[in-house]
Amino acid sequence: MPLPKSEVVVRTAGAAGDGIAATGETFAKVCSRSGLHVFAYNSYQSVIRGGFVWLQVRAGRTKVQSHGAGTDFLIALNSRELERHANDVVKGGGILYNKDKVKPKPGLIRDDITQYALPVLDITAKHGKNPILQNTVALGALVKILKIDFSVLSGVLSDTFGSRKKAALEANLAVSQAGYEYAETFETVDFALDLDYNTRRPVMTGNQALALGAVAAGCKFYAAYPMTPASSILHWLAATSTRTGILVKQAEDEIAVLNMAIGAAFAGVRSMVGTSGGGFSLMSEAIGLAGQTETPVVIISSQRGGPSTGLPTKTEQADLFQALGASQGDYPKIVLAPSTVDDCFSSIVEAFNLAEKFQVPVIVLSDLYLSEHMESLDGIDLDFSIERGEFAKPDVGSIDSKNGFKRYAFTESGVSPRSFPGRAGTVFQASSDEHDDAANIISDVFTDEEMRTRMFQKRMRKMERILPELAPPRLEGKNAADLTLIGWGSTYGMIREAVSTLGEEGMTLNHLHIKYMLPFHAKQVKEILESCRNTLTVESNYTGQLSRLIRMETGFDIKHQLLKYDGEPFYPGQIITKVREVNN
Amino acid sequence: MEIALYKVEAKATWCPGCGDFAVLRALQIALASLELNPKDVVIVSGIGCSSNLPGFLNSYGFHGLHGRAVPVASGIKLANHDLNVIIAGGDGDGYGIGLGHFIHAMRRNLDITYVVMNNQVYGLTTGQAAPTSEKGMLTKSTPQGVLEGPVNPIALALVSGATFVARGFSGDADHLAKLTEDGIKHKGFSLIDIMSPCVTYNRQNTYQWFRERVYRLEEDNHDVLNMDQALKRSREWEDRIPLGIFYKDTKPTYESGEQVLKDMPLVHQPIDRTVELVKELIQDFT
Ligand SMILES: Cc1ncc(C[n+]2csc(CCOP(=O)(O)OP(=O)(O)O)c2C)c(N)n1
Ligand code: SF4
Ligand SMILES: [Mg+2]
Repeated sequence: MPLPKSEVVVRTAGAAGDGIAATGETFAKVCSRSGLHVFAYNSYQSVIRGGFVWLQVRAGRTKVQSHGAGTDFLIALNSRELERHANDVVKGGGILYNKDKVKPKPGLIRDDITQYALPVLDITAKHGKNPILQNTVALGALVKILKIDFSVLSGVLSDTFGSRKKAALEANLAVSQAGYEYAETFETVDFALDLDYNTRRPVMTGNQALALGAVAAGCKFYAAYPMTPASSILHWLAATSTRTGILVKQAEDEIAVLNMAIGAAFAGVRSMVGTSGGGFSLMSEAIGLAGQTETPVVIISSQRGGPSTGLPTKTEQADLFQALGASQGDYPKIVLAPSTVDDCFSSIVEAFNLAEKFQVPVIVLSDLYLSEHMESLDGIDLDFSIERGEFAKPDVGSIDSKNGFKRYAFTESGVSPRSFPGRAGTVFQASSDEHDDAANIISDVFTDEEMRTRMFQKRMRKMERILPELAPPRLEGKNAADLTLIGWGSTYGMIREAVSTLGEEGMTLNHLHIKYMLPFHAKQVKEILESCRNTLTVESNYTGQLSRLIRMETGFDIKHQLLKYDGEPFYPGQIITKVREVNN
Repeated sequence: MEIALYKVEAKATWCPGCGDFAVLRALQIALASLELNPKDVVIVSGIGCSSNLPGFLNSYGFHGLHGRAVPVASGIKLANHDLNVIIAGGDGDGYGIGLGHFIHAMRRNLDITYVVMNNQVYGLTTGQAAPTSEKGMLTKSTPQGVLEGPVNPIALALVSGATFVARGFSGDADHLAKLTEDGIKHKGFSLIDIMSPCVTYNRQNTYQWFRERVYRLEEDNHDVLNMDQALKRSREWEDRIPLGIFYKDTKPTYESGEQVLKDMPLVHQPIDRTVELVKELIQDFT
């Protein structure tokens, strides 16, 4: 009897156009339907054909929080990729390849790795020339090697192709079964996962969770201009539009995108946009417009490698200051950064509630790793309410007059009950120019310093009310630790993993993950940091943007920094190495 | 309805003699004649002297960013297509910084009326060249004369898919009011390019200059359903300047093709059953 293993790491490597993403998704679902937690990361380039693409799925009996490092099984789709990845396979692992196409050089594959050469041509001959079928053959074989029941794979394939693509489904079922059966000729490896076919977790990307969060929040309008890594939000929302009732509009550029969303929000619907740093730059002026007109809107910015076009398909966390500083002038706005896929879902619901309650723009910062990696979820938090904030009562009998309704009434909270076009008795005009409480412009003719000052204070007062509504930061792990790791966004999982691995070795570490960037819990963060013995930030950027924000807000200097800006996400191993170094 | 219903207390702040007064008046007459309730009208603008117009009209309004009135108005219309949405702005706003939005709005064909106060100069910023300034015009930013040729908004509108294309003149108030009314009534994207002289910064294209050249298309045997004729007329400028409707078309509007809007405007659609919806959608991910 082979020992049940707690996890497996599978990497598929090939070129763009090889269908690797779809294969990865199928495998991730197979694992999830076998009761395993999964985490998958797709590393790709900005070309449609060619380039180096690899996708790694890590699946385990307990929650997995990163795509892991050492690969147990590699599916190499061409010789070049075999050469690049063969050495990443761990001792006792295996490599699957198409023996008609891939001829391993002698000595390339170490002796401690099993080779699974698949006769793809023989297997797929009957099913046409579609080269992507080689992936399905390999999947069939892999499922057999991992001792997963074939019915799980056939079930996922059936659901994926559905009844609409009958021919494709039949071909895929046949070749995967042939691959599965062929693998019976392989010598059995000492590898069996502890499976449970009765547990099925949903598997989704951060972007899908952000989009699903918008559905949950009652978003009705989504506008975007395609930009990696935010585009899959647009794709999913467009594909489900008739089911969700969300109007999805691809506009001519990001300037139009945000101005449209502001128009829709002004007219009374919950509206959202999604982009990455370049598009966010184009949106900047309109973010200030939302602040000035007190129009609620949610802006997702999924960061990628900068500056400029930078690394379009690689991850980075270097747009924090861009978000904080977007648009001219001082105005109220919220910046928050979810850290996990389920947090993506909840953060959008929260962002909409904050946006509408306080009538402010809310920026949700994701990054490529968070947006695009796939993760199984233990469940998402459906226990929420939709809070639309205060509305002025429509005054049906009245004669509408623009000067009658005080849209920007001075209130203690700074929030003035709003209204929207079509409602009787509340006719007003929103203006990007400074205005008085009845929305009359005060920028022309007579600036009225006193009114300007009061209006400014009214708007900014909202920031004081927002802070107590945000969950305060807290240390995860023991209070007294030798070192505190500090991060934000997608580094959450890797930091947790590093902390627990080193914890098993006897090190005492804890972890502070910051979600709310603006307004900032300065007092609480300062208190926490002052209680720490030693501090280390882990961020994917060059200048240590979170460390800088913390210093700016609290005066506290973080001692050590682990910064990475090569485009690839952190590996827990990199964090572990750094921790050992600073803890010496 | 009474024209007074569309007036506000505030006095318009334009220079005495500015062409924009006539545009405001034309809008008030058109709205009264169409009996539209101020609560169901939204007027959207960008920044410029002309873009201040919404402040002087009694209706809902959105006075946004320079050049971005068109997308804001599009968002409003998509969120609530029961509203009458009108955009008002300048030539710099619409044909300069906002030109991209203008073209895309026409191919989109939402039911919106766009009133451009074209004074062939940047008024609010005190007299620089506009994209409509004539070649050779001396302005603060072109002391040696404009080197670029002007954009032709009428021709652009015709080839970009606008379904109502017209030119008005602030010096012909009754005609302008009628054009405005026709434009608002039209189902689809209407462009009314209005020659609206800036008496302070454009000493070249004055009321007198226009009066010597304008004629009415409807009095000159023009067929508004004929694109070729319209295109030909759109190129007339130096000696004879056509006013009136160049072209009309009855293409379906964007909102009529949008599945999500087929039952009712977005803003009236309930959002209280989202948890059930999420539970259903989550099945796709397992
Ligand atoms: C992004 C931006 N750039 C520049 C300006 C300055 N600005 C305000 S109005 C204007 C030009 C207005 O010209 P036009 O639209 O023709 O209106 P007019 O004043 O002539 O009616 C400019 C350049 C601005 N407000 N915003
Ligand atoms: S500067 Fe020109 S456009 Fe502006 S108000 Fe005066 S006359 Fe009108
Ligand atoms: Mg102008």
